[in-house]
Amino acid sequence: MKKLVAVLLVLVMALSLTSVPAFAEAGSHKLTVWCWDPAFNIYAMQEAAKFYKEVDPAFELEVIETPWNDLQTKLTTAGMAGDYSTLPDIFLCQDNAFQKNVMAFPDMFTDLTASGIDFTQFGAAKTAYSVIDGKNYGVPFDNGAVIQAVRTDILEQAGYTVADLTDIDWNRYIEIGEDVLAKTGKPMLSSTAGEPDMVMIMLQSAGASLFDAEGKPAIAGNDVVKKAIELYATLVQKGILVEVTGWDGYIGTLVNGTVAGTINGCWIMASIQTAKDQAGKWAVTNMPKLPDVESATNYSNNGGSSWAVSANCKDTALAFDFLAKTYAGSVAFYEDILPSSGALATYLPAGQSDVYAAPQEFFGGDTVFAKITEFAGKIPSNYTGAYYYEARDAITVAITAIMAGGDADAALSEAQSTVEFAQGV
Amino acid sequence: MNHMDIKAKAPAKRRLSLQKKQNLVGWAFLLPAALLIVWMCFYPMLKALLLSFQSGQGARLSFAGLKNYAFLLKDSVFQQALKNNFIYLLIQVPIMLMLALMLAALLNNRKLKLRGLYRTAIFLPCATSLVSVSLIFRSMFAVGGFVNVTLMRLGMIQNDINWINGSGETARAVIIIALIWRWTGYNMVFYLSGLQNIDSTLYEAAYIDGANPLQQFRRITVPLLRPTILLTVILSTNGTLQLFDESFNLTRGGPSNLSITMSHYIYRTSFENVPKFGYAAAMSYVVFILVAVLALVQMRVGDKR
Repeated sequence: MKKLVAVLLVLVMALSLTSVPAFAEAGSHKLTVWCWDPAFNIYAMQEAAKFYKEVDPAFELEVIETPWNDLQTKLTTAGMAGDYSTLPDIFLCQDNAFQKNVMAFPDMFTDLTASGIDFTQFGAAKTAYSVIDGKNYGVPFDNGAVIQAVRTDILEQAGYTVADLTDIDWNRYIEIGEDVLAKTGKPMLSSTAGEPDMVMIMLQSAGASLFDAEGKPAIAGNDVVKKAIELYATLVQKGILVEVTGWDGYIGTLVNGTVAGTINGCWIMASIQTAKDQAGKWAVTNMPKLPDVESATNYSNNGGSSWAVSANCKDTALAFDFLAKTYAGSVAFYEDILPSSGALATYLPAGQSDVYAAPQEFFGGDTVFAKITEFAGKIPSNYTGAYYYEARDAITVAITAIMAGGDADAALSEAQSTVEFAQGV
Repeated sequence: MNHMDIKAKAPAKRRLSLQKKQNLVGWAFLLPAALLIVWMCFYPMLKALLLSFQSGQGARLSFAGLKNYAFLLKDSVFQQALKNNFIYLLIQVPIMLMLALMLAALLNNRKLKLRGLYRTAIFLPCATSLVSVSLIFRSMFAVGGFVNVTLMRLGMIQNDINWINGSGETARAVIIIALIWRWTGYNMVFYLSGLQNIDSTLYEAAYIDGANPLQQFRRITVPLLRPTILLTVILSTNGTLQLFDESFNLTRGGPSNLSITMSHYIYRTSFENVPKFGYAAAMSYVVFILVAVLALVQMRVGDKR
């Protein structure tokens, strides 16, 4: 018995060593994809495969569910080993991590510039995430356009409407916020403590970045950064924005009606809509812009991801054609995935479609999808830089210091030198 | 003469002595395990050492001598992490081991009813998943969470304390509490097994001589448990210096890296930030050297055999 178990164990081990999944080779009709979220990205990929089957009936697509953290670990491991044979043909990459991965592992990505995919059909700010040295490495997918979602019933109690919050700046927003707080006892916003998302959103809304075009940190003496952090501190001090612990806490404030609204990437709508009892009480508009900043706009971006073709893809012609005819060429495809996944396109022609123009009852009968696609086209681009995550951490430290009453300029110089240090190592 | 020589030497040449033979058989049995250790442990360690002398981002590494180690001296986040690790070590390990020893002494009492139940209950936390523990502590200590509500109901605090993001002290305190909760029972089991080996006649004799329980504990239990205590101190030191899950899941290293541990920073350097494996390997070697030095010191101080 023991011997049998031992033999079986050895067999299992031997098999697991040899069974490397088969990836596409030239002339084949099969592609393998890594991405996460069955309700969103994976669903979209499977639908895309159905669409492409009409072009190539023999086409097969294998989607392997890989959460982003695992995906990044696998990319790094393959990259460090210099062995890309474990990678799939296509994988999804967080926009914020795109520059970093291309810089660290330049051979891991296939240049898509001359692939026949028309990148001009996507929002410019979105495409910019996956452009490195003028070359396109990613096909933009999900939309991270920032929206301001508000509870119209709470605003009404204080005597305001959505129109009062549209196309305004933060000074006006604070006035309204103070009034709403006084009349209803509810803060306007909530955010996760220790995460700099709101400040980063404000930054991009003015086209400002933590890096300059050469990738050098531009934090010290950056007036927009300073203004955004000070504004954030004011919002917290006045009680207009309440900080909570963790993501669950944040979602809780939205669905439990503790706050009168939120400002985040439009993907937050999926979480808002889980509160079925609040149907019809929400509305969507653009975010406030930074006051006294020349480049300020009411549009920004938070999160999102793009499709990359790996260096392990043996049949790039097939991969290019697949992406070009679905994600970068089919309005019908985007119409198909929208209703059930809420996967909003950054593919601008899709915004003109009738499906996007359908009114959404949850959001007071507004045509929110068309609205957001329109927002997406107006977002100013910024430089993510390869050192995005280092800068994000440094900014978090600076925000904490400034909110504790520290000197803003000193905190920003400190953040600057932290990032410079990270670049020097 | 010649004839004699051959006769005397022949057996030694032809056959190994019994002892040597047994030794060889012993080594043959050890060989597979030893080779596996060399291949799976020492070889990667050597590679990591070589990696720690290389510098660069991602796959673009080049030899840089001691540059990584020099940078460590200037890295404020790493220094903060090092400091945090030592705070955890110096506060958490003594409290936890003393608690474990006290619980073990209490639960070793033969007259105590439901001993098995208590032992199991106290041991159980260390069988739970580290990630679940971290997430549950995170929600318990959240603003508006269980701990704040309880303290407010008891009238001990007026407003919510922002344990996890409020200040470094409270964030580290939460980690220390979580660590004590999880690992006390684990160490207690070592002490319980150590106590089984102490002859009960010693306690009887001490009792007859008029020693009270506290004196018995100090004069009999602690000295005779010395080897076990040494073992748990080394294990806990090692574990604390390599602490990862609590920092990663419970406080996320925050606020402002005030609760981050070295292992968490190593992970961040390798997989979240621009990957710098050379630098991460250098940090790993610092952790390795610290663990080795501390274990050596503890063995010198603690082992009186």
